[in-house]
Amino acid sequence: MKSLLATLALTTALTLPGLASARPVTLTTTLNSYGGDGAYLALYVTDASGAYVGSLWMAGGKSKYYEHLSDWYAATRGDLAQINGITGASVGAGRTLEITLDLADALFDAGYTLHIDAAVEDMRDSPNEIAVPLTAAGAGTPVPGRRYIASFTYK
Amino acid sequence: MIRALHRWPGLVALILVTVLALSGAALSVFPAAERLAAPQPVAGQSVADLAARVAASHPGLEEIRRSPSGTITAWWFDGGKPGSAVIDPATGVTVGSADPNPVERWLTNLHRSLFLGDAGRLVMAAEAAAMLVLALSGAALVARRTGGWRRWFARLRGPLAGRLHVELARVAVLGLALSAATALWMTASTFDLLPDGAVRPADPAAVSGQMAFPLDRMAALRDVPVDGLRKLGFPYAGDAQDVFTLSTDAGTGLIDQGTGDLVSWSALTPWQQVSETIYMLHTGQGAAVLGLILGLIALSVPVMGVTGALIWVAGRRGRPRLRDNAPAGRADTVILVGSEGGSTWGFAATLARALKDAGQAVHIGPMSAFDPARHPRADRILILAATYGEGDAPASAKGFLDRLAQMTAAPAASLAVLGFGDRSFPAFCAYAAQIEAAARAKGWTPLLPMDTVDRQSPQDFARWGRALGQALGLTLDLNHQPDRPAADSLTLLSRRDYGEAVQAPTAILRFALPKASFWARLTGRGFARFQAGDLLGILPQGSAVPRFYSLASGSRDGFVEIVVKKHPGGLCSGQLLALDPGDRVQAFVRRNPGFHAGRGRAPLILIGAGTGIGPLAGIIRANARRRPVHLVFGLRDPDSDFLYRDDLTAWTAQGRLARLSTAVSRAARPRYVQDALRAEAAQVAEAIRGGAKVMVCGGRDMAQGVASALEDILAPMGLTPAMLKAGGRYVEDVY
Repeated sequence: MKSLLATLALTTALTLPGLASARPVTLTTTLNSYGGDGAYLALYVTDASGAYVGSLWMAGGKSKYYEHLSDWYAATRGDLAQINGITGASVGAGRTLEITLDLADALFDAGYTLHIDAAVEDMRDSPNEIAVPLTAAGAGTPVPGRRYIASFTYK
Repeated sequence: MIRALHRWPGLVALILVTVLALSGAALSVFPAAERLAAPQPVAGQSVADLAARVAASHPGLEEIRRSPSGTITAWWFDGGKPGSAVIDPATGVTVGSADPNPVERWLTNLHRSLFLGDAGRLVMAAEAAAMLVLALSGAALVARRTGGWRRWFARLRGPLAGRLHVELARVAVLGLALSAATALWMTASTFDLLPDGAVRPADPAAVSGQMAFPLDRMAALRDVPVDGLRKLGFPYAGDAQDVFTLSTDAGTGLIDQGTGDLVSWSALTPWQQVSETIYMLHTGQGAAVLGLILGLIALSVPVMGVTGALIWVAGRRGRPRLRDNAPAGRADTVILVGSEGGSTWGFAATLARALKDAGQAVHIGPMSAFDPARHPRADRILILAATYGEGDAPASAKGFLDRLAQMTAAPAASLAVLGFGDRSFPAFCAYAAQIEAAARAKGWTPLLPMDTVDRQSPQDFARWGRALGQALGLTLDLNHQPDRPAADSLTLLSRRDYGEAVQAPTAILRFALPKASFWARLTGRGFARFQAGDLLGILPQGSAVPRFYSLASGSRDGFVEIVVKKHPGGLCSGQLLALDPGDRVQAFVRRNPGFHAGRGRAPLILIGAGTGIGPLAGIIRANARRRPVHLVFGLRDPDSDFLYRDDLTAWTAQGRLARLSTAVSRAARPRYVQDALRAEAAQVAEAIRGGAKVMVCGGRDMAQGVASALEDILAPMGLTPAMLKAGGRYVEDVY
């Protein structure tokens, strides 16, 4: 279990000025027992047109492997500034990653989508494991991933 | 220095490097197994053809990969479920599971990080660095031991552990250095220390927006053979803006799914190419045979670790432990020891102790490590040197004279030389005398004139100590009692008596071979491994000083045999000749590599008189390969002291002895071995021309007679005994 509090005010474009218009959101990602090494996960948000808005978390420390998180890598061109200060360790098979951060209210019910790209060494890359619209109603509803992620919840 | 560089990383890293090597060896099997299990490739197949076949039988296809071993794997996402499988490229259908092998995963993680993440990776990288240091310093040591890089595969001597260590090392060192160096490169790459990251091709400005162009007609895929494929990523189903991503051994490109044309390309950088080659060399992925060879080589690491540790332990045992040995740089008195069997070290330790008690800072070391620059504070250098053979350097003094000769000026510290030897040998303290002469010639300031110690005499040593004390203004009382060498108890099996009638009572004594411990066998110590020509030290009752006899048997014969003549009033020979079967004596083995027959096929001319036949008989008995042997044997009376008479007849019948010449001294016309030699000058000269080795064993007078006879025989060929000696083809064991 990982419980992290990240304040994104300085690091990403996802927060609006002033914490009054933001709320703490907990993102819980539970992985399958897929029988491999720890997974790299990139959590990021796109807008209604599918354009990259910003990153929420990068699980995995070695930037040389980020190219395997291919959608995130394509969107950011591997720009490490996007994840400066919001990087943690990779997540082992069967383990849960829990992050708590302050997200701007304006992100909800406005067409934004939260994506997770996943990659595991010597196993297939899995971009867009999760693509879940950020809505107030969707909070607390578990979403299954495609290959490595058993369930993802935000609330 | 090189030895220290080899020893310490070796001992410290022993366990972890063993883990590294064994896991690496186990991993090396997987690429080969995968190669064997991979479905047959289709000759000349293009990626377009392969992709079309796979896509036809796998709806929702997302990616096709080709591993370096040739295995084709497909990944798809169909009906909300991901799938993956190994594919037969000929048909495109599933033939097996693509799930990673959990054993291989486990081994890989052990091998590279001990399951400890980045910290473990750094530890293992340090082990790889240690292995590289070991390989390089070890190579230098092998070259030094064999006598140069060109003699890399020269034959080895010595105890089993040492030989095994070097035998393995000289085959394995290249592979181990390769594995270690590539491992370090891969670690540097993992930690982003190398600019070998992937370069993604630029996104195309615009794509056609079309979909469903037939795969088998895509130009960008038709040009690429499957052999060069790494990976083909498919566009998302229904996303007309997405593209194919094709990775090959040349680079990565993007392909428009509506036209099948390449719209963007980025070639592999040179750094990437180097890193990929190194990855292949290290893992064997794509070079399965090399991987297996490297794996096999890695198996030598634990063996070399254990034998290396044994060598280290054996080396430490050879010298007395000296407490508070002052560091080389701080010593005012430096004692350099030239010892063959180790007894001179004992004297040196006694001297060091006495000097330390007198308030001196003493450093003691082998003469082979002679380097005055290491002792800036030394006021005096004391050299205690034994002599090996006819004035050669003993083992721990190898290279001393060369180093002294290379110095431009004599060391500032003054010098005293003490020689150790046995006055009954002509070359008594000859090596010490050479040192003294060389030092004088260099202008090295003497502290004392050279002195000698005869047969480990405590009195001689104490006398020299008093002289040294006087020169230093100290009172030095050197009281050295030589240690009795560790001896085994030998039981007499049988004795054969000769020579009573000619007033030379002589016996061939055969003792049971004592049981050698596993440790002794492994390190080749004691009675575990000896051969005819080595020496048997007997400790007679009532004396701490051993007497040496040439061995007439080898350990393979299963018994210990010597030939002993009774000396009037002789303590040891008297006790030996009084033995009855079942009686015991205390004895030990001392190697005498200078008097071994050697392995080659060249003829042997063995010359001996009286008891001197002992080692020669042992050499003939061991001559199972029927090397041509000519024995020239001198005796008094064939009816009384024809030692080994029946054996020689049998050995002749077996082909172990080609020719026997005898010289009888108590006959109407007395003849000695040198006469027999001259009588057969033609045959002897012929044999020497054919590369024969001459081995002489017996009394000193006989040896001199043989030398002058040989001189005459060799002269017409333009050879001298000295030239043969220099080439190791003329050896003597004289008493």
